[in-house]
Amino acid sequence: MSNILGKQSLKFEVPPYIIGTANIVGKKEGEGPLGKLFDVVGEDDLFGEETWEEAESSMQNKAASWAIDNAKLTKDQIRYIFAGDLLGQTIATSFGLLNFNVPLFGLYGACSTAGESLSLAAMTVAAGYAENVLAVTSSHFASAEKQFRYPLEYGNQRPLAASWTVTGSGAFIVSSKQGKIKISGITTGKIIDYGIKDSMNMGAAMAPAACDTIYQNLMDFSFQPEDYDKIVTGDLGYIGSDILIDLLKEKGFDISIQHMDCGKKIFDQKTQDTHAGGSGCGCSAATLSAYLLKEIEMGNLKRILFVPTGALLSTVSFNEGQSVPGIAHGVIIERCE
Amino acid sequence: MDEAKKKQYNQYVNEITPKHNLVLNMVKAFITGGIICTIGQAIINFCMAHNMDEQTSGSWTTLLLIFASVVLTGFNIFPQIAKFGGAGALVPITGFANSVASPAIEFKKEGQVFGIGCKIFTIAGPVILYGICTSSLLGFVYYIISRL
Repeated sequence: MSNILGKQSLKFEVPPYIIGTANIVGKKEGEGPLGKLFDVVGEDDLFGEETWEEAESSMQNKAASWAIDNAKLTKDQIRYIFAGDLLGQTIATSFGLLNFNVPLFGLYGACSTAGESLSLAAMTVAAGYAENVLAVTSSHFASAEKQFRYPLEYGNQRPLAASWTVTGSGAFIVSSKQGKIKISGITTGKIIDYGIKDSMNMGAAMAPAACDTIYQNLMDFSFQPEDYDKIVTGDLGYIGSDILIDLLKEKGFDISIQHMDCGKKIFDQKTQDTHAGGSGCGCSAATLSAYLLKEIEMGNLKRILFVPTGALLSTVSFNEGQSVPGIAHGVIIERCE
Repeated sequence: MDEAKKKQYNQYVNEITPKHNLVLNMVKAFITGGIICTIGQAIINFCMAHNMDEQTSGSWTTLLLIFASVVLTGFNIFPQIAKFGGAGALVPITGFANSVASPAIEFKKEGQVFGIGCKIFTIAGPVILYGICTSSLLGFVYYIISRL
């Protein structure tokens, strides 16, 4: 039977399961509203390493190793790894997973990589190409600031629309072996450009992509927003979330009750000075791993649509006057009854 | 997507995006900049009271303000001052010192040559380049006018 559904979706007839997960975050994230839920909170953001980049690699390495332990597997039982991060040439992934000795696909989908890696892992398992696949992503505030913006010690005023890159990593084991949580389908996003040129307002740049993917998901699966307990975007933040709800209303869907944004959830905007909210691959991955999957496992949530969002820019494209297109990948995660 | 729709979306985003309060920011910049300049003036007065001429006193003032800014940058205190005071902290020489010291700290890990050497002026570079160009141009204009 075909798994292909609608224009951009797959509905897995034999669904893959998420049988293991782990996460690690930095100090600031640990002080946030989800602080107590994370597996490990770093004492400082260097995680015992010399550089920010090595620190990010170390987080990814730890999250991946613990997820394998959590699934009660060993490294040699993992057939493929799908992994990515925000750094140039995805070096956090390359050096973080260097000693794993497992076939790897390196990914870049900006902050949507958590959704991209889970989608590809689910496809690979559902197609029978692997029994166990690891999906892992990370981001680090300091390495991202250094690459995309200014040195940390440089004094400047961040706009209120700016987001705060989450220091964190989340890893997931997707398997054909039955577990409590399954991935029942995916909707892969397109590159969507509404002509936003302000790289400090990424919520506004990514909201149209989230809208497009969520709309397409609802159409492909013939779902209403009520069919989900939560529709979870990755890092739209406060501004992007408002825009998303407005845009989807124009298309005839009101998701204001179901919608949750990991970027809004992970920090306390009032006390943590994070402006528009958290962002980065680590934001959605760590929130899914630490909070959402636990809620699903406990039965508080039955079915969610997880939609990490990415802003597709580089400092070069920005300086050369290009706009900031967005992308968003939808993953339907359900509790197995 | 056509240009008109993109323009419409940008307009809508602009309307709903919160912005810093300009008046409040200007007041904070005035206070911060004022304090820095008052400290500068105090140093000049101190030096001149100790029998230095105006030029030497000015040099000491510049030197001490730069030193203070670099030390505060190292202790990660300067970014907090700049976050509060904005241009008030960045326009005086303290801001220039911070813009040179901060990349030096950040890129030290990439080595003395390719790290600090290549990247120390990533922020201050444009100010230095166009500052020198403008000064040269004005110097040339001044030279011509003074000969007339």
